[in-house]
Amino acid sequence: MIAETGHFALVLAFAVALLQTVLPQIGAYRQDARLMAVGVPAAQAQFLLVLLSFAALTAAFVTSDFSVYAVAQHSHSAKPLLYKITGVWGNHEGSMLLWILILSVFGAAVATFGRDLPDSLRARVLSVQALIGVAFLAFLLFTSNPFTRLDPAPIDGGGLNPLLQDPALAFHPPFLYMGYVGFSMAFSFAVAALLEGKVDPGWARWVRPWTLAAWMALTLGIAMGSWWAYYELGWGGWWFWDPVENASLMPWLVGTALLHSAIVVEKRGALKSWTILLAIFAFSLSLIGTFLVRSGVLTSVHAFATDPERGLVILFILAFFIGGALTLYAWRAPQLKGGGLFAPVSRESALVLNNLFLAAATVAVFVGTLYPLGLDALTGEKISVGPPFFNMTFVPIVLPLLLLVPLGPLLAWKRSDIYPVLQRLFVAAGLAILTIIAVAAFYSEGPWLAPIGLGLAAWLVFGAFSDIAYRVKAFKAPARESLRRMRHLPRAVWGSTLAHAGVGIMVAGIVGISAWRVESVAAMTTGEVLEVGGYEIMLATVGAYEGPNFRAEKAEFIAMKNGREIARLRPEKRVYPVQNMPTTEAAIYTAWVSDLYVVLGDRRGENEWTVRAYVNPLVPWIWIGSVIMVLGGAVSLSDRRYRLGIPFARRKAPVAAEGTAS
Amino acid sequence: MTRGPFHKGAVLLLAAALWTGLAFPAGAIEPGEKLDNPKLEERARELSRELRCLVCQNQSIDDSDAPLARDLRLLVRERLKEGDSNEEVLDYIVARYGDFVLLRPPVRPETWALWAAPFIALFIGGVVVLMLFRRKKETAAEAEPLSDEEAARLDELMEKADAKMRE
Repeated sequence: MIAETGHFALVLAFAVALLQTVLPQIGAYRQDARLMAVGVPAAQAQFLLVLLSFAALTAAFVTSDFSVYAVAQHSHSAKPLLYKITGVWGNHEGSMLLWILILSVFGAAVATFGRDLPDSLRARVLSVQALIGVAFLAFLLFTSNPFTRLDPAPIDGGGLNPLLQDPALAFHPPFLYMGYVGFSMAFSFAVAALLEGKVDPGWARWVRPWTLAAWMALTLGIAMGSWWAYYELGWGGWWFWDPVENASLMPWLVGTALLHSAIVVEKRGALKSWTILLAIFAFSLSLIGTFLVRSGVLTSVHAFATDPERGLVILFILAFFIGGALTLYAWRAPQLKGGGLFAPVSRESALVLNNLFLAAATVAVFVGTLYPLGLDALTGEKISVGPPFFNMTFVPIVLPLLLLVPLGPLLAWKRSDIYPVLQRLFVAAGLAILTIIAVAAFYSEGPWLAPIGLGLAAWLVFGAFSDIAYRVKAFKAPARESLRRMRHLPRAVWGSTLAHAGVGIMVAGIVGISAWRVESVAAMTTGEVLEVGGYEIMLATVGAYEGPNFRAEKAEFIAMKNGREIARLRPEKRVYPVQNMPTTEAAIYTAWVSDLYVVLGDRRGENEWTVRAYVNPLVPWIWIGSVIMVLGGAVSLSDRRYRLGIPFARRKAPVAAEGTAS
Repeated sequence: MTRGPFHKGAVLLLAAALWTGLAFPAGAIEPGEKLDNPKLEERARELSRELRCLVCQNQSIDDSDAPLARDLRLLVRERLKEGDSNEEVLDYIVARYGDFVLLRPPVRPETWALWAAPFIALFIGGVVVLMLFRRKKETAAEAEPLSDEEAARLDELMEKADAKMRE
């Protein structure tokens, strides 16, 4: 009964989405207020119906209702409750339902909080958002119904992949989806603006916070995935340039560009048409990512060809939205009036450069991901594109961008002078050079690029704070005056400073693990000691235990430095009998400037195991930096000027006045 | 070794379905594989990172513990011990397994577009930006600065808006 309710709610949501697509659009065209108003309750109803449907599926998973096909395939009665719940999106059908749920959340948010938007713009945004909903609801209902029943129902289910039974991974898809699908908002606003034929600063003021929120979720989602890969896959890699990762990196890169160009639209009224294009691309790349992962085309072009139904439907949806939006863009964008002028040396130009490098970096990831598929499909020739390719294309494109980051916030709008800006960065540059010299002196081993990489990281961090130092007149005015100024700085300034500093910290982490990682592999018996990067680890004991749905061997290592015990490390090797699959649980001792990473390998003899130990310098900084970037986004979002338009929703102030206030 | 490469493929599919990265436990190099000569061993590691584990999804033989990856690692070391240069080792392996084994795709007519695309994008984008500035410069002359009266009116509006925001 529960499953049927969920199915029925989904069908109703589809019908509501159809209405929501058609009626407000006609209303906006005819300037009919009653038709336009339909969008609001429709978006809210669509959200509630999809939520009901999602709740029904969750209930089926929690109660282990194996008569539902998706549950029988992907759940198991012995699984811990947490993973029964997260198992809802641990499969194709459920994850697409989550995708649609988040889409409808964003639609309902515009409907609920967007009362200050011009009526016709809001009607069109809701209509476009609903059209995306129609496409994906149809996809779900007609090709991947999560509520299909099985008769007879099996005794027990197939279980969730053990690698996915992990807290970080369990919550990583919702964050990723919030990011991906969040860009649908920017897309809907872009298409609506093209239909309206105008983009004003008020438009950017709306698009920016939503894009920022989506970007934060995506950043967090990618960071969680990478962290999971680091500790779960057992060899300490954190980024693999795998197509699935690239699928999430591309929208992130374009989303980052979009965040920056939307600033120019809002503050200066320039770059309108380019920003619209970026908004279209950010969501298009999210759709392409959905296609890549959902169609099975990544595993092999031939797998796609033999079971093409789902892939073809997504491909059709993809072509419709991307093609449609770009056609509309080509037709309407020339009518958008260009805005404020700016000189080659100005904040606007810096943001244009940011967009240029980010766009080129996206192209590098795009061809690296799709070229092998295209070549295979066209000629049957197989090539591999791996990390060496991206190191030679993506990295050289991103490096100049990183070098320029500290300059941007210091440049004035419209027309600026490069010399005083460089002067303000004098201290940061000095500290960066000092870092290079110090690192080169103390760590002469390792690649010669490594000290320069850390210098770049220092440049980013100190450069980011140079902006604040200048604004509060640090060391130039009395300390109390500086503090007073600091309190009155807009939060958006703190936000960008934090985010840029976070990038620097992340760069330091990447350089650290790439340049100075130390590895030791040995066959060990209990009582033996292995030396790795200044630590000694002694294998104390190995014992077996039973988990809720797995069996494990658990070792205890005593980690020592200079003969003194500093930690006990307990790596595990698990076997999940339902899937007959082993996993490794690495043990990590983090000293914040480096990780000691120990993995228990295969048993080699009566009392002997393969042991791998790594010292990964600076690696935690990769995720610390990501979290700081997200915090920067949050601080910026809390700036009262961008609070998702919520404070404005309370009163019916004249929209025009709010739109131009800054 | 209980886990076969094909099982890993299935795991990857599932993980791929969740937008995650590569997903199989791996550990790569086994004790006893290492060469005694540290210089040769270093070169072997470098080469291992350039070679794809053929039965895995997008993983280098340095990262994979599939049996075939191990065979390739041993093969690389054997060739190095024979005195092969890095290129000779790669050529030897490509002759056996084809270009698919290289994680750095060779530069050939079929891959020119692949290698050039990022830089062409950067170049074209740069040219467009330069043209933009050239055009801007021409039109910039036409834009007049605000008159004192206009500036005063603007200030007034901004203040009003700020006051409203603080409410």
